[in-house]
This record gives sequence, C-alpha cells and structure tokens, in this order.
Amino acid sequence: MNPRRIFLIAVPYLWLLALFLVPFLIVLKISLSDIALARPPYAPQLDLSAGWNGLRSFFAALDLENFVFLTTDDLYWKAYLSSLQIAAVSTVITLLVGYPMAYGMARAAAEWRPTLLMLVVLPFWTSFLIRVYAWMGILSGEGVLNQFLLWTGLISAPLTILNTNLAVYIGIVYTYLPFMILPIYAALEKMDDSLLEAAEDLGCSRTTAFWLVTVPLSKAGIIAGCFLVFIPAIGEFVIPSLLGGSGTLMIGKVLWEEFFSNRDWPVASAVAIILLLILIIPIVLFQRNEQKQREAEG
Amino acid sequence: MKTSLLSIPAILALSTAAVQAEEVRVYNWSDYIDESLLEKFEQETGLDLVYDVFDSNEVLETKMLAGGSGYDVVVPTGTFLQRQITAGAFQKLDVAKLPNLANMWDVVSSRTEQYDPENAYSINYMWGTTGIGVNLGKVKELLGEDAPIDSWELVFNPENMEKLATCGVHFLDAPSEMIPAALKYIGEDPNSHDPEVIAKVEPVYMAVRPHIQKFHSSEYINALANGDICVAVGWSGDILQARDRAAEAENGVEIAYNAPKEGAQMWFDQMAIPVDAPNPDGAHTFLNFIMDAQNMAAASNYVYYANGNLASQEFLVEDVKGDPAIYPSPAALDNLFTTTPYDPKVQRVVTRLWTAIKSGV
Repeated sequence: MNPRRIFLIAVPYLWLLALFLVPFLIVLKISLSDIALARPPYAPQLDLSAGWNGLRSFFAALDLENFVFLTTDDLYWKAYLSSLQIAAVSTVITLLVGYPMAYGMARAAAEWRPTLLMLVVLPFWTSFLIRVYAWMGILSGEGVLNQFLLWTGLISAPLTILNTNLAVYIGIVYTYLPFMILPIYAALEKMDDSLLEAAEDLGCSRTTAFWLVTVPLSKAGIIAGCFLVFIPAIGEFVIPSLLGGSGTLMIGKVLWEEFFSNRDWPVASAVAIILLLILIIPIVLFQRNEQKQREAEG
Repeated sequence: MKTSLLSIPAILALSTAAVQAEEVRVYNWSDYIDESLLEKFEQETGLDLVYDVFDSNEVLETKMLAGGSGYDVVVPTGTFLQRQITAGAFQKLDVAKLPNLANMWDVVSSRTEQYDPENAYSINYMWGTTGIGVNLGKVKELLGEDAPIDSWELVFNPENMEKLATCGVHFLDAPSEMIPAALKYIGEDPNSHDPEVIAKVEPVYMAVRPHIQKFHSSEYINALANGDICVAVGWSGDILQARDRAAEAENGVEIAYNAPKEGAQMWFDQMAIPVDAPNPDGAHTFLNFIMDAQNMAAASNYVYYANGNLASQEFLVEDVKGDPAIYPSPAALDNLFTTTPYDPKVQRVVTRLWTAIKSGV
C-alpha cells in the first residue's frame, strides 16, 4: 500500500478513535467505578504517578456492581422498552409521512427541486430548542391548535395534548422528518425513469410498478432514513422533557436523572453503555445479514 | 426536570466563548435579584458581569462536581454547600478582600455554620422557608372560609387535594425539601436519613399524586399570579413575588404565603467561589458588592426574601422587614427546622422514591 492510501484510510479511523472509541472507554471505565463525594464524583481515579502498582489497584477496584444494580430495579427495563416503543412508532409515522413527500419532490419538475429541498432544510436554520418551545405554544390548552379547533366548533373543550405521549410523538416526527425525507429523496432522484416505462410496457399498472420498482429501488434510502430517525429518537431527552408529561418514561430522561438528581455518574454510565449495546447489536446483525445477502446474490 | 433546560444555553455559551479575565460569571437562582444591581455592579467596578440562572440545586451540584463550570460565584443552598465543600469544590474566602463582611448578621451566620464551619467558604445571600402559597379567593371558595391554609393538611390530605385539583396545584420538584415536609406532616423527624422512615412518605404522596398538576420549581410564580393554579408548595419569597405580580396586574388574584404550623423547612442560600473559578478576584469584588448594605437591601426589597445582612435592615422597606412571612418573629423561628445532606446511598433511595412519586413507576 502506498503512503497516500494509508493516510486516506487513517483519517476516518483516527476520527472514530478520538471521537467514539476514547469517549466510549472513558464512559465504560466510569460505569465500572463507585460513586464518591469528590471531584469528579467517582472512585477510583487513575493515578499514574503510583506506577505499576497504582495501575493494578486501579483495575482491582473496578467491578460490575452498577450493571447488577440496573437489573434489580424494573424502572430501567421499563424505560428502555418504552423508549424503544416510542422510537419505533415515531419511525413508522415519519416514514409514512416522509415517503410521499420525498416521492413528490423527486417527481417534481427539475427546476422546482432545489426550492423544495430548501424548504425541507429551512427549519434547521432555527434553533431546535426554539422549535420545540413553539410546539408547546401550539399544543397547550390555551394554544393555537385548541383555539383554532374551538373556533371551528370541532371541539367544545380544549384537548389535552401537551404533557402527554401524543405530544412526544408529534415532536419527534416533526423534528426528525427531514432526516427521513432527504435519504429517500436522494435514492428516488437517482432512479432511472425508463425502468418505470419498461414496467408499464410489460403490463404493470402504475400502482404495481410503484410497489415492484420504485419502492425496492428506494430501499437503501428507506433504511438509512429509518436508522437516522430511530437511533436518535431512542435517546431523545429534550422532546420528552418539554412536551411529555411526568408519565412519559424514556431512557434519556432516566439517564439525565441519574446524572443530575442522583449525581451517580457510575450508574448513569452503565445506563448509557446498555443503551449503546441495545442500539449497536441489532445494527451489526442487520449489516451482517445484508452482506450475506449481497454475497449470495453476487 | 424541564426547567433545567434553562441552563443549556448557558452551557453552550460557556463552551464557545473563551473565558476572559475582566469578566465575572455569576450563576444564581432564577428570579433572585433586582436586575438593576447587575448594571450598577458593572458601572461601579468596570467588570463585565455574565449572569446566568438555574432553578435546581442538583444541576448546580453536578456542575460543581464535574469541575470547569467557568463560573466565579455560585449560590448553593446550605445542605448542598456542605457536600460540595467536602468534595473540594470551593475555595476559602479571602477575608481581606471582603471589608463588607462586617455588615453580616450573627443570627444567620451562626446558623449557617452548621453547613460551613466558621463560614470560611461562603457568605449568606438570602434565606427563607418552604411553605404553601394559596390563591385565597379560589381556595376559600372550594374549601370554605376555614380552609387550613397554614397547615400541611391542605396539600397532604387527599380530601382537600381532590377539591383543589380542579383549580390546579403545583409542588416543588425538589425531593430534599418535599420529603422532609411530608415527614413533618406524618409526625416523623423531617431530617431522618433512615430509608425505612423516608419510605413512609410514599403512601402520603401516592394518595395526593393524581391531584398534583405539576412538579416544577419555578413555573408556579407566574402560574399563581395569573390565577392558572390556586395552590403551590414553594419557596417563601417566590410566592410573595407572585403575590406582588398579581397585585400589580390588578387581576383580582389575592395570594397568601404561610410557613405551615406543623413546622417548615428553613434554608440558606450561600454565595461561594468554585475552586477553579477563572476570576477569583472578580468574584470577591462581586461578593463585597452584594454585602453592601444598600445593595443587599435593594435585592431583598425586590425579591421578598430575608437576607443575612444586619446593616441592610435599615434600608429595607416595611413590606419586607415588617412581614412575618419574610422576617419571622423569634417564636416563629423556633418552629422552623433545618436539614442535613443525605449520603450517596440514602440519596439514591430519596431520588428513586421521588421518581416513583412523579412518574408512578
């Protein structure tokens, strides 16, 4: 291998090493520590000045106690499951809303596409926090939505939407919609129109052609979009804490509480490690499966 | 929970802006100062003042224990201060730079010594009680003229809460104050650190939980003043601020505050300098400025909290100095209790219990 190639490959690996692996190891280390009243609030601290013996006693003091603790309280499992459920339902809704939008954009006249793309990206120009606060204003009992529904006479008393799970779904779908639209749009835009013509020539109706040609060809975009929505939605903290009620149980909120209310960094880190495993294992299995399929086809 | 997002812009601001020497960064409770004092400080000293706010001791403590908060002056409550001193989060005050220490009031400083021996690390900013604020009109309409507005009965007796739920009740989202209050109500030691005793508050809260609209530590000021809610368990001065805002708005809402007769918690908010403060000199300048009799009086007159500054008392308006809800009589002082910090094991029991109370899991 020539040096140029090594250099090009090394850049992304160093990036991953510095921004993923090192922080992960630090969190893993804290998750094996014990809580202490100190700065920072856990023990043992790595003391390199004590040399080899210091290193040995440091590793001897690490244990899995915090992971065992997580299994003794059903709060954590309920929060993980509830987060998975909220993320899965939101992903499906985002797909159902996002696919037609992406499809419409890809089918639109070429001179319109940059404008439509711009409209999808435009909300990012405003702070995410402000957009979530705006939803509080829309959904509250005195909010715009209720005022409008009361005015039209569709309802006679304000609906309670804010501080419920429904508001959380609305918030997540709204926030992550562009992440679903963009990859699907990218896949659909590349599609060769002559394939659809061929399908119709061979006797497919337009609907059948859509399901047999368009959808399979946009599969990569659908999968990318679903990952981009599902993964951040699981750990979501801001949306459930601003729009959700006290009954909304999500692992992001539990993690926050461990960190800020209990000030128990080791348990908070253990919660984070498990969350990471829950996310990574299915993705790795999925990719392996994909690769096998590709090899079988090839 | 929700409120702590207030601090997110602060974190972002800190991480992006390099700390400059001529700045003093102060992290204080929300609605806790006369903001004209901030301008006055900048004019008098020529220092730039960055003033951020929080509404939870827990959030402040996390920042102090993580280190590198970037703040020069922070304001933890006594029990939290004590834990953070033990953890080594603060630096000792340089008394030579604080000539206004002579203004402080021994009645308060002798009490704050239980958290900060010899007051070596902190000065008292303000103190108050945790009690009940009511919308007099609505509560009397629902519970009659003899509604127990000066008793924990009002908020811990499910019969009362069921009726009050129709007009809205907020509780503080602060387990270290709400659990002692419930312990006092059932006749236990409010400062108990025994998990079995602490567990006794769970049925008390579970019985009234369905009738609590929200657990929040700052929204109740506006909610009470606007008439959106009719009862709040909250901090004395905050409720008195709500009373004042309602009176100014002339919206017919009349608010009253009571430290419950069974006993209420007395707390002290202490100003201290983090051990890694970027500008400790500026921090001392700020503390000395705050301890000036007229400045401290201006702050108290604005936020309706008592302070620990004897010299400021001659500048206090009668509304503040003469209000027994702010400056209780010596007899009423005897009825107030103080608490000590929980150790980590008990803290976990307390937080878990509080999560169960709030979310029902």
